[in-house]
This record gives sequence, structure tokens and C-alpha cells, in this order.
Amino acid sequence: MKIVINGREKEFEGGKITPNDLAQHLKITGKRFAMECNGQIISRSDFSIMYIKDGDQLEIVGAVGGG
Amino acid sequence: MDKFELKCDELIIAGQPFKSRLLVGTGKYRDFKETRAAIDASGAEIVTVAIRRTNIGQDAKEPSLLEFLPPNQYTYLPNTAGCYSADDAIRTLRLARELLNGHTLVKLEVLGDPDTLFPNVVETLSAAKILIKEGFDVMVYTSDDPIIAKQLEDIGCCAIMPLASLIGSGMGILNPYNLEIIIENASVPVFVDAGVGTASDAAIAMELGCDGVLMNTAIATAKNPIMMAGAMKKAIEAGRQAFLSGRMDKNLYNAAPSSPTKGLIG
Repeated sequence: MKIVINGREKEFEGGKITPNDLAQHLKITGKRFAMECNGQIISRSDFSIMYIKDGDQLEIVGAVGGG
Repeated sequence: MDKFELKCDELIIAGQPFKSRLLVGTGKYRDFKETRAAIDASGAEIVTVAIRRTNIGQDAKEPSLLEFLPPNQYTYLPNTAGCYSADDAIRTLRLARELLNGHTLVKLEVLGDPDTLFPNVVETLSAAKILIKEGFDVMVYTSDDPIIAKQLEDIGCCAIMPLASLIGSGMGILNPYNLEIIIENASVPVFVDAGVGTASDAAIAMELGCDGVLMNTAIATAKNPIMMAGAMKKAIEAGRQAFLSGRMDKNLYNAAPSSPTKGLIG
């Protein structure tokens, strides 16, 4: 399946993946981030129970230096 | 104002007390180590951060800002820098709230022009209304227009933050008279946000009666940011104490000697 993460298309095997699985794949597990799927925020409590599907648009954000 | 009263001179934002009246940004430093050292030298408790896409697929061990500035030691103030519409600003701050475990104190800025970074006050007002309804404590960056400042307060913003001059310009305080009107009319804290270039600018803002100053570039791009952070800390404290002391009246064109005029020799 293909999903778009932070504006870039990525291909994954299988038809669905949880946010936790995705974080592991992206090597960001343990880092502080927030995730949005198709414009809707995914609550951290849903990271292991919801599924990201083919065609979903994801935004994964963190805090960076700024004024 | 005696010593006891000065000790109690806390800054209250959305019901939360703070000792430091200097709020600092975390951008434009050489590295996170310098960011941390400058912020510690500034004594700031509130630090602004930007919300950006996480670097995917890069070094997983790459240090992050949060490791150098642990959120349990500082009050994070996520901002909406780079947002040009109310929708983008709201989306950014919803993500920030999720990112920071339900944190509600935020800095709203909706820009109107990429060259001047002047705020779009129409979009700012519209975003503030929605964010306040959603339970955010909104510290709002705005122009130095006293009418807009009052409207932002009336809709429930917890702090009004007019610019002193353009963001990152270091041009100092261009319209102290407007700032005075805004301060006079406000019953929530007023911060100068943007435009401070050096310590005297910060002191002037505080002498005008601002409750605090938010700055980033003036510290981060100084030749010695850590020393400048210390200078800003002192300027904020000096300006605050001068304001509370109540300055002498100006006697235009009318000199008054400080030494006795009686008992002169000869």
C-alpha cells in the first residue's frame, strides 16, 4: 500500500498498519511526536488500535527551535 | 515599592505565576548546547518552540530540542510561526497540544506578508476565537494597534503581544506611544514581541509598563549569545524596577541642581 508521510509517498507491504508499527518502521519510537491522518489528529491512546490504510495522508510533527 | 513588594512582583499568565518577565525563543542558535546555555543565562522560564514536520528516515540518534530543554523544566510556548491563515494556525496548535500532552498555553501568530512578517489581524482574531473556545490559553502576537489589541483581549486572549518593530529586525521600539495606549487599556499582561535589538530596547519596553518581553533573534544572533542573554535579563529587571519606582517628572529646559545652592564658597 502507498501512504503519504509529510508530503512524501512511501510504500509498505500489506494493506494496513498501526501508527505504532509505522513509528517503529520510521525509527521514531520513543521520540516525542504528534500524528495527523487525513487532517484528523490521532490520539496517542489510539496508536496501537487504529489502522493506517492505503492512500492515507499523514503528518508527523515535533517541536523544533523557533521564536 | 519596598523589597517585600518586589518579591511578590510575580507575572501571572492564565493563572500561572512566573518569576521571569523575559520570554525567549529557541531558534537561530548554533546548536542545542548554545540554546540551553543562553536560555539558562537569560533566566527565562517560558520558551517558544515551533511545530514542524519530523525528519523521517534520518539518524534516529540525532539529538532533539526536547532533550536539551526538558519540558518539565521549562514552560513550552508552541507558536504558529509560518502560518498565513487561521486554519493553518489552529491545525498547528491542535497538533502542539497533542504533542505536549494537553498543554494549552500557546502563542498565536498569523502572518500576512512574507517580507515584513506583519500579522494578519483579521485571521488572528478569527483563529483566537476558535482556539479560546477549544480551551487554549492564547498569547497573541499582533500589530501595535490599540483597537485590535483590545478586541483580542475582549474575546479572551490571556496576553496581548504587540510588535515593537518587525520580527527579527532588531529595529527597537518604533512606537512607544501606541504601546503605552495598549498597556493602559489592558487588564491582561502585555508583552513586546518582536523587534528588540539590544538590552536598552528591552529596558525601554519595561519602563513603558510592559509586563514582559519576548525575544529570540537579539539573543541568538548576538556575537556572544550567552552574554547577551545575561544582558537582557538585567535589562528586563532594571526596566521593571524603574517602572515600579515611578520615574521623576521631566523638567523640559529647566535645570535643577542636585547640590545645595546655599553655602557656596566665596
